[in-house]
Amino acid sequence: METLVFIYENIGMILELTWRHIYLVGIAVGLAVITGVPIGIAITQNRRLADAVLYTASIIITIPSIALFGIMMPLLAPFGYGIGAVPAVIAVLLYSQLPIIRNTYVAINNVDPALREAARGMGMTSLQRLRTVEIPLAVPVIMAGVRTAVVLNIGVMAIAAYIGAGGLGTLISRGISQTDPRQLIAGALAVSILAIIADYVLLWIQHRLTPPGIKV
Amino acid sequence: MIRLENLTKVFETPGGTIVAADHIDMEVPEGEICILLGPSGCGKTTTLKMINRIIPPTSGKVFIGGKDTTTYDTVTLRRNMGYVIQQIGLFPNMTVEENICVVPRLLGWDGARAKRRAAELLEMMALDSAVFLKRYPKELSGGQQQRVGVARALAADPPVMLMDEPFGAVDPINREIIQDEFLKMQEKLRKTIMFVSHDIDEAVKMGDKVAIFRAGKLEQFDSPDNVLAHPANSFIADFVGGDRTLKRLRLVKVSEAMNPNAPCVRAEDSLEKAASLMAEHDQEYMVMVGPRGRARGVVYLSVAREKRGTCGEHHFGLKATVNVREDLRTAVSLMFSHDVAWLACVDEEGFFKGYITQRGITHLLGATYRDVAEGSAA
Repeated sequence: METLVFIYENIGMILELTWRHIYLVGIAVGLAVITGVPIGIAITQNRRLADAVLYTASIIITIPSIALFGIMMPLLAPFGYGIGAVPAVIAVLLYSQLPIIRNTYVAINNVDPALREAARGMGMTSLQRLRTVEIPLAVPVIMAGVRTAVVLNIGVMAIAAYIGAGGLGTLISRGISQTDPRQLIAGALAVSILAIIADYVLLWIQHRLTPPGIKV
Repeated sequence: MIRLENLTKVFETPGGTIVAADHIDMEVPEGEICILLGPSGCGKTTTLKMINRIIPPTSGKVFIGGKDTTTYDTVTLRRNMGYVIQQIGLFPNMTVEENICVVPRLLGWDGARAKRRAAELLEMMALDSAVFLKRYPKELSGGQQQRVGVARALAADPPVMLMDEPFGAVDPINREIIQDEFLKMQEKLRKTIMFVSHDIDEAVKMGDKVAIFRAGKLEQFDSPDNVLAHPANSFIADFVGGDRTLKRLRLVKVSEAMNPNAPCVRAEDSLEKAASLMAEHDQEYMVMVGPRGRARGVVYLSVAREKRGTCGEHHFGLKATVNVREDLRTAVSLMFSHDVAWLACVDEEGFFKGYITQRGITHLLGATYRDVAEGSAA
């Protein structure tokens, strides 16, 4: 009950923290798509390379986020980025690689070989085939990977509050250090609700981006 | 028009060397359909795919219209050939219109021209363009998808088409229909077509020439009738089937095997006239026609000799008639089912055109053997 009062009284601050949270996750996952999708496409050409890349990405994701932040601090401190938004964004970028690269790779590989053959036989170059057939067909699965990355990393970003990144984790960390259950619960609720809403919004975007011919 | 010279494909595998195609030599004239026929693994699909270099040849050349295809770059070569595969391969993310327009757009046609062409091709395939242009492949039946696949291959009006068991994924009833439509279209378009099949009946029906493959070698290259009548070896004789002479029946129309004389009587003619006509033509029966010429019944010699009167009073009903456009297999089937040795041939409106007899049919089928015998005797 007191929590609801707290939320009501501090709604401005909470929304500001929420926006900061969304902003940081958005940049990080956006960058991850720009790096991950091309890597995913590239590794479809070479099975051994694909195995190596996917293996590396899955190892990265096993590193607990607190530990990853701890590793990055001495690495980035000489550049003045040991704490704050930069290591947070880099960590989220790294965690997003596995779902995005793997989904892209699987989606493109799973394109029906008959379609590939028809495209080749008609005289499409590999690039044209990627652009007009394979990527449009891969979009739903790639977007599913993006959704996984976003929901996962909304949680990671909450932990990043401990290295000064800001965002909704600030409420949780303050709630713990000040033994203030209102802030703690408000922060936890906000993160959870944000994750759910983000998933739905991205699902809507996924639906919009799916070519009508393959919508279920 | 399409000439294969010493075309060979060798695969090196851990298990040994496999010769998928062994020095294939053949030439398909312009405007004809050549069926590449044979059991699984015989090299027919490999040979087809070497023409558009989906499988690069190990050695040998392909000439199209006299020009060596290695002088063209692969992508340009493929854009000027129609390619239809068994699984059809319509792109599910594109509408039917977009699918058909793929190659024209690759060749630089402007959008409006490509769309007009798409509509025109759908109409040629007996699909209503207003309904189907904007549909997606998943909304089409198998037969419709296959028709769109053929339309897509014809879009840029290529002179050559390569078809790899294109009707294989369609159910047998639709397959017959699509084959008939395709043949009608080919009469107008006269494309040069290489068509892979494993079905002898399809090969006989569709092909102007048949090329039989076995274990990578071209065993016989000839017209369907010759492959059926004179198989080059026992493998081919087995492959085409023990009923190969019956299969030849499909290749001849009733109008070609019909007796050119078509004597008949009218209802008001006397039985004596009928009898003398029958004696003149050495027949024991005579068709009776109506006032305008439609087949109405039959008069038998035995009746004409014994009785007096007009044909109209002493005729019997015709057990069956056969349309002149049907093939001999249908005619023979009708003869068997009605237990007769002859049939009256009629046209669409029932007008009497002539007689066809079992004797005449067997004589016609035997001609090719007599020619060969005379040839070897000479």
